[in-house]
Amino acid sequence: MVARRILEGLNFAVDEAADGQQALDRCLEQMPDAVLLDWNMPVMSGIEFLRELRGLADAQQPVVVFCTTENDLSHIQEAMSAGANEYIMKPFDSEILESKFQQTGVL
Amino acid sequence: MNKSDFDFLSSLLRDRSGLVLGEDKAYLLESRLGPVARKHGLTTVDDVAAQLRARRGAPLELDVVEAMTTNESFFFRDTRPFDQFKDIVLPQLLEARRATKSLRIWSAACSSGQEPYTLAMILKEEAAKLAGWRVEIVATDLSTAILDKAKEGLYSQFEVQRGLPITLLMKYFTQAGDRWQISQELRGMVSYRMFNLLESPTALGRFDIVFLRNVLIYFDQATKTQVLERVAKQMPSDGYLYLGGAETVLGITDRFQVLPGQRGLYGVVDPGQKVAAAG
Ligand SMILES: C[S@@+](CC[C@H](N)C(=O)[O-])C[C@H]1O[C@@H](n2cnc3c(N)ncnc32)[C@H](O)[C@@H]1O
Repeated sequence: MVARRILEGLNFAVDEAADGQQALDRCLEQMPDAVLLDWNMPVMSGIEFLRELRGLADAQQPVVVFCTTENDLSHIQEAMSAGANEYIMKPFDSEILESKFQQTGVL
Repeated sequence: MNKSDFDFLSSLLRDRSGLVLGEDKAYLLESRLGPVARKHGLTTVDDVAAQLRARRGAPLELDVVEAMTTNESFFFRDTRPFDQFKDIVLPQLLEARRATKSLRIWSAACSSGQEPYTLAMILKEEAAKLAGWRVEIVATDLSTAILDKAKEGLYSQFEVQRGLPITLLMKYFTQAGDRWQISQELRGMVSYRMFNLLESPTALGRFDIVFLRNVLIYFDQATKTQVLERVAKQMPSDGYLYLGGAETVLGITDRFQVLPGQRGLYGVVDPGQKVAAAG
């Protein structure tokens, strides 16, 4: 995954999950500082994952950045009102990823 | 390209735009002027030079000058200058100008508009403090082609993702196919004009804040001095000047002095006034 290489270049330790359910399980085991999230995933979509995640009481909430080909305003609005911190529209490059992570304060 | 063509083209560029091209940049002339040659039905860059020798000032000359300028720009470029604008410059000037309630900002070398629109967005976000104020943003550039793009305010998906927070994209842009257009209201906050920094800016009037970022780097020392001294004459003694991250006034002019601890942000030094701190 391109994003993984870029994030490792920014000194993040990266863990991958195949779908929203797996991602949620990982978060429950050990909460990350940030989640880079696709919209379209099997089992549990990105937006469903985000709603579950933000619904977790007394969890140390991570920064969530969407990164998806869903590039229309209505998807962006839906993600932001569900509690996303930033939104990357694919295709993207390393500069964009870096600038979005900087804006959310995790970099 | 032979040496005499290179010399001819580089001196034309220096006269018209201030651009200094070292001889190691001949490849840049070749690569950027190739498409210009083809557009004008010519084959090589030598043909371009020959044609310009015969007829200066033709549309070809304008295309050559525009093809050689670098137009790269970003929204909120380098972040910090715009934090300083919101946190230091604006509060200071709102206090200093409370009697007249009027401010003029100049984005000199505005390229495709990201810099003036960034300022317009910040002003909109700070609107509560600006009720009853008249704030003017004048944005100028040498290239009319780039000014047309700026006025249209249409940006690619890449351009709106470098430096622009998603919340501001949602608020101030509308989607137009695979591009994004800045709102009519924000476009209306900026007045665009063609202006060559090699000329006198007197006709543009006076400015409280000047953004002169990422353009002096292309000029030689004498040109930088002349541009900065002319800009200084358009500014009050409590005005603010911004330069780009790789630019400085050191060794170029003493009409501006960096504000303590604020890299890239300069205050005006009145002529005759002694500069207290060195460097
Ligand atoms: C790299 S862009 C800088 C844009 C913006 N200020 C920023 O910092 O992102 C440089 C711009 O300077 C303009 N320029 C170059 N020579 C100029 C001149 N002599 N007078 C006015 N503009 C000039 C170019 O057309 C180009 O749009």
